[in-house]
This record gives sequence, C-alpha cells and structure tokens, in this order.
Amino acid sequence: MTQPVASCPNCGAKIIFKWSSSVQTVCEYCKSVLIRTDVDLKKVGEVADLPPDTSPIQLNTEGNYGNKAFVVIGRILYEYEQGGWNEWHLMMNDGRSGWLSDAQEEYAVSFLVNGQKLPGESQLQVGQPYSWNGETYTLSVITQAHFRGVEGELPFQYWDKSDVAFADLRTPSRKFATLDYSDMQPCLYLGEFVEFEDLKLKNLRQIEGWS
Amino acid sequence: VSSGTPPLQGAPKPHAKALNCPKCGAAITLRALGQAVSVVCESCHSILDAKDPQLQILQSFDKIISPDPPLIPLGTRGKIRGTDHEVIGFERRSIIVEDTRYYWHEYVLFNPYKGFRYLSEYQGHWNDVAVCKEQPIIDPRVSINLEANYLGESYKHFQTADASTDFVLGEFPWEVRVGEQARVTDYVHPPRVLSKETMSNEVTWSIGEYMPGRDVWNAFHLPGNAPEAVGVYENQPSPFSTNITTVWMAFAAFATALFVLMIGFEIGAKKEPVFHATYQLNRGEPKGEASFVTDTFELGGRTSDVEVTTSAGVQNDWIYVNYALINQDTGEAWDFGREVSFYSGYDSDGAWSEGSRNDSVVVPSVPAGHYYLRIEPEADPRHSTIAYTVDVKRDVPVSAFYGLGFIALLLPAIVITWRSVSFERSRWSESDHPPSPIFNTESD
Repeated sequence: MTQPVASCPNCGAKIIFKWSSSVQTVCEYCKSVLIRTDVDLKKVGEVADLPPDTSPIQLNTEGNYGNKAFVVIGRILYEYEQGGWNEWHLMMNDGRSGWLSDAQEEYAVSFLVNGQKLPGESQLQVGQPYSWNGETYTLSVITQAHFRGVEGELPFQYWDKSDVAFADLRTPSRKFATLDYSDMQPCLYLGEFVEFEDLKLKNLRQIEGWS
Repeated sequence: VSSGTPPLQGAPKPHAKALNCPKCGAAITLRALGQAVSVVCESCHSILDAKDPQLQILQSFDKIISPDPPLIPLGTRGKIRGTDHEVIGFERRSIIVEDTRYYWHEYVLFNPYKGFRYLSEYQGHWNDVAVCKEQPIIDPRVSINLEANYLGESYKHFQTADASTDFVLGEFPWEVRVGEQARVTDYVHPPRVLSKETMSNEVTWSIGEYMPGRDVWNAFHLPGNAPEAVGVYENQPSPFSTNITTVWMAFAAFATALFVLMIGFEIGAKKEPVFHATYQLNRGEPKGEASFVTDTFELGGRTSDVEVTTSAGVQNDWIYVNYALINQDTGEAWDFGREVSFYSGYDSDGAWSEGSRNDSVVVPSVPAGHYYLRIEPEADPRHSTIAYTVDVKRDVPVSAFYGLGFIALLLPAIVITWRSVSFERSRWSESDHPPSPIFNTESD
C-alpha cells in the first residue's frame, strides 16, 4: 500500500498517512489539526498539548486482536469527573478501522457498527436492554465526558468538541457496546473487554520503575 | 510502519511525582500518576484531588482519626497473579450489624500496564479482588435477589449491609471520602465472592477470590507471619467440601468391593462340617466335674475360620458352655464361652420371646491340623437333664467382618460430612441467612 504523503500547510513538516482512509491527522510538530481534502491538507485548528501520558499505549504501538494484527495510528482523549480514558484508533491489517479503549488500564476493543436502530440520547435509561446483532446489551452507565484532545490519524473529523455523552452497555459475557452521542447521529460501537497480555502489545511507552 | 517519524514522546516521567499538600505543605507522593483520582496527605490526612496539578483539597479534618496502620505498607510491591502490583491506597471500612461495628480493610494495588486490583482483609481473611468486566445476572424470578449468576456460576446471597468508609490513606482511582456510605451486597460461591456496591446511582460489581494470609505475606515478602484468621469467612473454601464427594465416592467404591468380596467368599466358602455330637448334661452332677474332651477331628485345607454352633432345646432355661478348641499337634488353644437361652411367654402386649436355641461363634484363622474340643457345660441346677448339640464347621464366611469393614469405611465419610456441615453452618451463621439450629435449644 502506498502511503499518501503531504506537507503540513502550517509548518511544512512532512505528513505521512499510515492509513489510506484517514480523514484527519494532527501535525506532530505544530499540533495543527489537518483535514484531508481531495487535493491537499487543510488546517482547521490546533490542539493543546495533551496532559502527561498515563497509558502505556502510544502512537505506533503494535498488537494483535484475534488473528488480526494492528497498529495504533490515532487517539482521542476524554475526561470526566472520575478521571479520563483514551480511545486509541487502530489500523487493522485487514484495512478496517478499530478502537482500543484504555480506561484506567481496563482494555476493550470495539468496531463501528452501522445500520442499527439506535435510541436518542434523551431516551436512554440505565438498566434498559437493547438488542443488536442477536446480542442483548444492558445499559450500565451514561457518562458525560469532555473532549480533551486528539493525536494522530482519525477516520473522521474530530477536534473541537465540548461535552459529549456516552452510554456504556454490558453483557454477561465480555462483550460490550458503546453509544456515542458526540455527533448529531448517534454511533454504535460493539466490542469486548480484553486482557492486556492477550493483545501482545509491542512498542509500549516505557514507564520508569516498571518493566 | 512509521517511516522516519519519531514517536511522540516528552521527557521521561518519573514513576512517582513529588508534590506538596496545599493544606500542611507535607510532601505528597503520587505512585499512580495520572490514574489516581484522590490522594490522601499522610501528614494531615486531607483528601486531595489527584487529577488537579494544584491538588485541590476535597475533604479535610480538624482532628486526624487515630491511624490504623496498613499491614502492607504503602509502596510495597508484590506479585499477584503473576504481575507486580504496588500498594498505593488503604482504607478501613465498617458495617454495623445489631449494634456492633465490624471493620475490614481494603488495599488499592496498581500496575501501570494492568491497572488496579484490590486486596481486602477481615480478621486475617484475605481476598484478591478485581472489578467485574462481565455483568453478573440477578435472577429476576427470585423475588429478593437471593442468587446471582456470574460467568455461568451461581452465587448465593450472603449479606447486604451499609458500609461506611472510616479511614483512608494513599491513592484511590475514585473520589474517596471519609464518611461515605455504600450499600454492599455479597454473594458467595467459595472460594469466590461477588460483591455489588451501590453508591448514589453508580453500581460497581467486583469479584474476589479467597487468599490465605500466608500467600499475601509471600506475595509481598512481608516479615513475620500473617495474622491468624479468626473464624470462618463468607467465601473461605471449606477444607472438607472438596473432600466430601471424594470421600463418599471412595466409600461407594470400597463398599462395592467389600460386597463383591463378601459374595465371593460366601460362594467360595466350603462350609465343611468336621464335627457333630450331641451330649446330655446331667445336672445332678456336681459342678466342675462336667468337663470332658471330644474325639479328635481334622481341619483340612488352608487356615480358615471355624464355626462352633451350640444348639439346645431350652425353654425358659439356659445352658452355658465353656469351650476350648485345642490343637492336638501343637497344644495351641482357643478358649471361649457361649450361652444358649430361650425365654417366651405372654403379657399384656401379647406373646414375647427372648434369646435363641442356637448360638454360633466363629474362631478366626485356625490353621489346619488335628483338633479336639474340651467342653465344660453349666446350667441351672434346679432343672433336669438337658440335651445339647455341638457342630463344628470349617471355612465359613464371616459377615460380621464385612459389617466392621463397612463401618470402618462409613465412619470417616460421616465424620468428614459432619465437619463439612459444621463448617458451612459457621459460615452461614454470620450471614443474613443463619441456619436454623439442629437441636432445639432452650431460648430465654
């Protein structure tokens, strides 16, 4: 696969897209948020520096999910009153885009699922069951989070958000669902909780004092 | 994958960051930097917002509550389930049951790759606890939530109580407050405990597994010995329950073997008559002169049991016979006394009888050879002559032996079952569902 190459319209640094379907990236040098157009990159804003990293995962971390290898190419960081969590954007080796969420080192992998009937934000009720793809999910918690920052490549434009709502749904198995209300249309992500060792992660951030 | 672009990285961060308490100025160490939500100042015990670079005070106290030092000091690292974890937080919580306050302790463990785990300790009983990823199911058909299902296993309701946080130290991955109340419901499936904690509207499920104190001491390389565990804890594995099935299965196997053996010997036994004679006891004769010896008979074949049967047609009478089975060749003797008595009559309940006109005794393991009996009968001297028959058979099956064997097998099974039942009773006596007493004791 040839990687699309361009330069940052703000500082001129070389911008390499690792994933051909990426819509947005952040210039590593000047932190400009860049959106791909048909011909060029357009600067749409800037992101503030992210707070000190708390996750052992970083851009370019590689790993496995099931029988598919992935590489971390982007990140969205959220904060809520009880802390924060990362949504790491994964480029799977079958060309799909996936998400690895890391909330206080509780890891889960999920994928966007289209074409399902989704409840509106105002209809959400904790304890309510929902069925998608033959699985019943129970709404466990609704979290009001605020967008803290982005890094790397994302499959959509995402950079200037304020508070957004997430609904977490759980099952008696490791499967879970997230309803994302950060846009006009809600999005459904289906996935499962995973064990850190099962991801076989490489190129992790070094944490001093721990191996 | 990356062609030339270095990964985005700042300066290496120290694993513990030094900060100062905004209230008293004492140094604050953050061990789980970025993941801790609350941190407690070790000096003035103010609870601080660990997410805030200024460490805003969340709760402060005029008086420092009497410290209850953690058994595992903060900062200690140990291996839990193969992964190093550092003790970063400690809290003491309590519930009140029937006007008595019961305390337990919780330790927050942290690994920057694997996240948080917990250890709980109550009177020397430890649990290794993690937050549930899978959602437990409470059977809605059972009206008062007496059962929960987690990962296909059924957990029994043990206790529901309101727990309060009394003392905190170190870091927590949530906003901790002293005095905070939570409703805690425990479901047990030893060695595991499934706990539901409800605080305002948030429900957290966690799964704990019983951990003997010495395992905690080994994991954290603590000096000395773990405090002795007191009583039976809610999810403490019973030392008997795992054995109980095994014991009964072993019992069934041995009992079957015994039965087969018994049938085999019953069939295989020759029951060979070797001696038969009838004698008269003339009671006119003075006592002590009635002793006589029989003719010699041969016990052939292998060493075997010998059955001596005494029969007498007594009616409301008795005869007592002193025997000695004597080996003519070696002089070895087996002495035994047998009584034949039979009584019968009528009373207000109808006919009754007692005793038997036949008596058999088995002399075990008698070697082959030539034998004779020395017989010395006794009877009530008021009565007339009495006839009695002596039969000797060799190689007879002995059911009594099997009965003893059966009891020998049954006893340990019963003892273990009893101990297991007692263990379960002490476990449940501490729950919301205490067992009813086995024996009706007087209540006052």
